[in-house]
Amino acid sequence: MVVFGQFLEVLIGGLLAGVLYSLVALGFVLIFKASGVFNFAQGAMVLLAGLALVRSLDFMVARGIPTWAAIVLALMFAAVVMAITAALIQKFVLGPLVNQDGLSLFMATIGITFVIEGAGQMIFGSDVYPLRLFPTDAWFVLGGIFDGGLLVSKIDVWGGLIAGALVAVLAIFFQRTKTGRALRAVADDHAAAESVGIPITWIWFVVWLVAGLVALTAATVWGTKLGVQFSIVFLALKALPVLIIGGFTSVPGAIVGGLIVGAGEKIAEVYLGQLIGGGIEYWFAYVLALAVLLVRPQGLFGERIIERI
Amino acid sequence: MKADVQERPEVAGAAHAGSDREIGDVVLSVENVSLAFGGVKAISDVSFDIRKGEIRAIIGPNGAGKTSMLNVINGFYHPNQGTITFKGRKRSVMRPYIAASQGISRTFQNLALFKGMSTLDNIMAGRALKMRRGLLWQALHWGPALSEEIKHREAVEKIIDFLEIQHIRKAPVGKLPYGLQKRVELGRALAMEPELLLLDEPMAGMNLEEKKDMSRYILTVNDQLGTTVALIEHDMGVVMDISDRVVVLEYGRKIADGTPDEVQRDQRVIDAYLGISH
Repeated sequence: MVVFGQFLEVLIGGLLAGVLYSLVALGFVLIFKASGVFNFAQGAMVLLAGLALVRSLDFMVARGIPTWAAIVLALMFAAVVMAITAALIQKFVLGPLVNQDGLSLFMATIGITFVIEGAGQMIFGSDVYPLRLFPTDAWFVLGGIFDGGLLVSKIDVWGGLIAGALVAVLAIFFQRTKTGRALRAVADDHAAAESVGIPITWIWFVVWLVAGLVALTAATVWGTKLGVQFSIVFLALKALPVLIIGGFTSVPGAIVGGLIVGAGEKIAEVYLGQLIGGGIEYWFAYVLALAVLLVRPQGLFGERIIERI
Repeated sequence: MKADVQERPEVAGAAHAGSDREIGDVVLSVENVSLAFGGVKAISDVSFDIRKGEIRAIIGPNGAGKTSMLNVINGFYHPNQGTITFKGRKRSVMRPYIAASQGISRTFQNLALFKGMSTLDNIMAGRALKMRRGLLWQALHWGPALSEEIKHREAVEKIIDFLEIQHIRKAPVGKLPYGLQKRVELGRALAMEPELLLLDEPMAGMNLEEKKDMSRYILTVNDQLGTTVALIEHDMGVVMDISDRVVVLEYGRKIADGTPDEVQRDQRVIDAYLGISH
């Protein structure tokens, strides 16, 4: 029973941590789905959103604004920052690149990454800023069955709830609204979309705005867990194996991929780590992704083979 | 010129000629349009007009500038010289989505469908400009947005019935055979309820049966809805049967313009198609 209890604890912790990967992966999926562009800058956008949020929050709290009001205002401020970023990216980077090759667009997003990282830290500062939006302590559940109960971190549960809500909202947005249909249309064919009256420039702005808001959501959870800091950019790279496993074009795929990576690496660390000396957590996800690539290159839920990267 | 007379699809040409549809005033006029890509002149100083309610064909050998002409009309290309007047409004620079909002819809020579989406969603995308309700209502799928969606869905179902593609309603269009994809593309263009419908080789690569169907659809749309049609087509039998007036391009220049009969007798057109004997 103790063995099973330990396994369950590792599994739950892993699944919930995986949800955090999913949150970042979602941003990638969105932009890829809607514009066929692999957006390398998603991690930097999480950092920027987090910095805008935590710095404006600190600023307002220091001036005596009640915490709840400060949180709402800070979220709004960060959303506006992401909207401005989306508009600037659309105007100065993507606008001139309409109808260009996917690879050129991908290269452009690498450039965007460095600009966002640099500008974000220049404006908002480059320290580690603690963010406390969600409780960070833990519950001990099922104490009656397992000795001492199972440890479940509250922030991870919050992350799971938020990711679930986000997926529901995005699924409705993509499947049911005119704009969602237009987004899918633009991803499929630029010329055809324009010919039925869909303005590509506007649609791209919407996509980047939504990706920015997803980044903001990820930042609230990541920031609370780790503090808002530069290394978030690198953690966001963990979204890559998640995407490869789940499929670049699938919103549910991003979630399932995240869960597999999260649970997989924790279980591997605990059970295989002892055998080969630990440190598995850092590379296990990539090996898993490699295995998936060999068997099913489009990922578990992907629509088709990825042509552009 | 009429060598393919025997095998040309029988279309409702006679019925078309006998119907009481009216050809109205000029709805679109192209004046002295020139277009060059670097040193290559795609179109040189071409003028013609399209009248309300007519079927206007643009023909010519390969590379004559026909598709470029359609691209200029619908705003994908911007002419170096000349103007386009649509519904009395003169314009030099046009964007495709603005052309669409003014009532010009089109199909493409090499198909430009949303391949990952279903037939239904493709045609619904053609209604993009007609849907007005805000994002929130749409997301809730409730209240005014729901009745709007239902209204548009009804319009789309009518088009699906008309084009006889009920059985592929939910199929992803990328997997459909070519002839059906062409039909879906026509459906998407029709969903916009255009005043001017531009068709770029609607019958390319089709067999006789499919050409017959496509001709029937075009004639019916023109007849019943009064939609003005401009089409590019290589099948001379079809062109001569269904169109009211024909403009002939060669090497980017206009070499003839008139009724099918006039154009067929024009020596320059015959030379362009058959070559001049030396």
